[in-house]
Amino acid sequence: MTTRAHECLMRMYEEEHDLESYQGSIPRWCSGCGDNAVLAAVQRLCRDEKLRPEKTVFVSGIGCSSRLPHYMKTYGFHGIHGRALPIAEGIRLARPDLHVFVNTGDGDCCSIGAAHWIHAIRYNMDVTVMVHDNQIYGLTKMQASPTSPRGLRSKTTPRGACLEALNPLTVTLGIQNVSFVAQAVDWIPELIYDILSRAFHHKGCSFVRIVQRCPEFLPELLDPWLHDPNRILLLTHEKGLQVSAALGKVYKNQLEHDPTDLDRARAIASAGDPMPVGILYQNRAVPRYEEMRAITPLRTPELIQRGLETEFDKFTVWPREPAD
Amino acid sequence: MCASTSAELKPTTATATATATASRAGSAKQAVTLAEHVIEIVSDSGEGAQRCGQSFGAIAARMGNGIWTVEIIPAEIQPPARSIAGASGNRIRIGTRRITNGGNEADLVVAFNEQVLLGRVRERELKPGCIILLEDMWRDDPDARIAAAYRETCEQLVKEGYDLREIPMEHECKRLVSDPRRGKNMFVLGMLCNIYSLDLQLARDQVAFTFGKKTANVIESNVALLEAGHQWAESHLDFKYQVPAARAKEAQMVVNGNTALALGVLASGMDVCAMYPITPATSASHYLSEVFENVGGIVHQAEDEIAACAFAIGASYAGKCAVTITSGPGFSLKQEAIGLAVMCEIPLVVVNVQRGGPSTGQPTKAEQGDLLAACFGSHGDAPKVVMAPSSIEDCFYSIITARKIAETFNVVVVVLSDANLATSQQPFSRPEFDEAWLAPPVDQSAVPEGAKPYDWDPLTGIARRFVPGQPGGMHTLTGLAHDRLSCVAYDPETNEEGLRHRSLKLAALQKALKTPPLFGAEEGELLVIGWGSTQGAIEEAIERLRAEGREVSSLHLRFLQPMPGGIKEILKRFKQVMTIEANWCDRPEDELIDESNRRYSALAMMLRSRYLTDVDCWSEVRGQPIKPDAIYRVISNKLAQERH
Repeated sequence: MTTRAHECLMRMYEEEHDLESYQGSIPRWCSGCGDNAVLAAVQRLCRDEKLRPEKTVFVSGIGCSSRLPHYMKTYGFHGIHGRALPIAEGIRLARPDLHVFVNTGDGDCCSIGAAHWIHAIRYNMDVTVMVHDNQIYGLTKMQASPTSPRGLRSKTTPRGACLEALNPLTVTLGIQNVSFVAQAVDWIPELIYDILSRAFHHKGCSFVRIVQRCPEFLPELLDPWLHDPNRILLLTHEKGLQVSAALGKVYKNQLEHDPTDLDRARAIASAGDPMPVGILYQNRAVPRYEEMRAITPLRTPELIQRGLETEFDKFTVWPREPAD
Repeated sequence: MCASTSAELKPTTATATATATASRAGSAKQAVTLAEHVIEIVSDSGEGAQRCGQSFGAIAARMGNGIWTVEIIPAEIQPPARSIAGASGNRIRIGTRRITNGGNEADLVVAFNEQVLLGRVRERELKPGCIILLEDMWRDDPDARIAAAYRETCEQLVKEGYDLREIPMEHECKRLVSDPRRGKNMFVLGMLCNIYSLDLQLARDQVAFTFGKKTANVIESNVALLEAGHQWAESHLDFKYQVPAARAKEAQMVVNGNTALALGVLASGMDVCAMYPITPATSASHYLSEVFENVGGIVHQAEDEIAACAFAIGASYAGKCAVTITSGPGFSLKQEAIGLAVMCEIPLVVVNVQRGGPSTGQPTKAEQGDLLAACFGSHGDAPKVVMAPSSIEDCFYSIITARKIAETFNVVVVVLSDANLATSQQPFSRPEFDEAWLAPPVDQSAVPEGAKPYDWDPLTGIARRFVPGQPGGMHTLTGLAHDRLSCVAYDPETNEEGLRHRSLKLAALQKALKTPPLFGAEEGELLVIGWGSTQGAIEEAIERLRAEGREVSSLHLRFLQPMPGGIKEILKRFKQVMTIEANWCDRPEDELIDESNRRYSALAMMLRSRYLTDVDCWSEVRGQPIKPDAIYRVISNKLAQERH
């Protein structure tokens, strides 16, 4: 094992950061929006993991969820609709020393960015992906999204959405190279934190779907789950989440699920209701694209010149190279 | 060698179609000296005419000749055998002087069957009376229809005045190899080396180089075929040429435009190339995939064109300048992401190897149809730098320049190559490595207290970029309108401030650009303006016209956006100005077309709007490189019209 120079430098000094160190501008989400819960968990995570703000990048697409980087005091990249993942992959490949997070929504990830979603799972680059899934387009004011339940009345589906909702968990679990899939709900903040923490420590593409409420457009959609703890299925395991005693008292519907069991994870994801919360799948052995593509030689002008001259030699017609 | 020459040839050729240049004496052939010649080799796909042509070009270049090779590519990977649309091969223009374009119609054509030959005849690529060396095996084909088609075509070609020579290629190759379909091309290469008096040893070396990865057996049998072809031509053909070589003083390299682009990426010190396969750009990425890692770079094949651009933006944002290489349709798909890079001021190099459009258009054919999309593409005001290499050598250096500009001004630089440059080969001086080509290491120093991520300089619009990892530089980049702190801002002043400064950067660059040199005199009757791959053909035509005493000059633009200063003054010194381009312009002879509705070619339109000058245009959009002769005729006509 070699230690990279930048890693040595990183270890040279430790810094203490409090929550405020990660707080950017004041969130402008609606009160009661699930995005607030995600932001709180992420800021806590950064503090607890002592992430250096300048070494941390939050990348997002477009939508309510994608405003999150603005509310962090780290580097952020609020890009274009659906393309957060490839931008984050470019950053990851270029800079192994950075912590890269992606915040995306159900429209951003599962609709306009769906191709990138599938391939991001395949690349399995070390990125923590949060899909803020409120099952509606909020920023454009209430159009059906791919995860909207069938029958949902929205501005674009006034007579009810005619298509069955897409299940982001089953899709993700069906993609080759999947290495981490988890689900959280915005109304159990403790578990958002626990799950994101596990996701952050997973080396690879960790996909976390956060089922969250849109108080503006779908205030009651998730009430049945919110009000009936038994419709939440807590996935616990020694390799997965351990639930606190207090939480265990409320959420009694628990299932011991080994997150290395892909078939079981798929079955749980497909069942859908009760809603699983926890880590569905984790496989630490899946190779990461940035590792497989890692370039070993240090890039120096000499290296580039040598490589270039070798190529020039191949194409030089006059004078002829010495006969070999 | 004093074999009876024409006696061996088939009856149709034993006619009085001998070229004036060939000696029919029974004694040793006298090589006729030529200043230049255009040779085509065409076959069905997979028969190796392309390899034959490329090798021939390479040998000629090694001799010290000027060459320009053009690939003849069918649209399909495996078109049906013996089809008119299936011609696959190479055109080689060989000369004593430096050759800058594919030239006019061919002087000599080698064809492996008469159908692919007909394809070239119909595309008007053959000079009247040109020599045709045609595989004769079809004459006695067991399929009566094939034999009839062959005989009929031969008769027709002879009637049309072509100097047709039927050659028993298959027959001769069978003496040496069991499957002449693989290897006939080396026999032809040998014939051509004999016809053009090329050094046989150089040819052997070239064959060894070409098949370097194969076994010694393969090399041996191909060399045997080469020698057999050489011998056969020596004994059976009654003509021989010599194109004297004028060897350059400096070391010379031969590559095609796409390889030159890829070498430019290597030399520019860029770290990442993100791409998605698309014709005719992909071969640049193929080559780059092979060699980029040797110098610590990476080619990332993304899931689509948009992802390729977004990936490149991500890498560039993080401090490793990136390039994305594409062609027309992919360029259209990338537009939103390009706009993001413009808005966020992330350096990015986008290469568009143009092909025929719109839509899927003509994937393997050359066109210059994307200039306006490059300059004005992406919604809103999205100022980008647009440059166009005009030679193979220029493909190499343009990429180095593009990265420099991208990182100096934090802009998107679009490099417009095209299918003509992509597949053409031309020797140029081997570049001498310069460390200044490379990028400095990623800046990770702390930013000064109070520094802003978009602290636009009021004069140049340039702001120092903060790269992730720089302590104190934390900010969130956004494609939304933003202020100097990179905070979303919708107020009118801030919005205009951002637009102004992003635009100013082009003006700042423009002040650093040199006025391009004129080809010809400083003033005159007519100025022809071009851009991109047409430079060689335009200048060749201008040279001929000037030799005839015509007062014409030409100007070739490497920077299309911003355009360098001093052009207006040049335009004023000519009575008339016109552009010659390979993109559509309405034809004035069409009944409905008049001054009030004519759609001009792209550059003409840009020049008219910028310089308020009457700029005419002529264009050809046939998918083929524009020929110097065509340009010569256009300019001659234009000058004649004005005299009336």
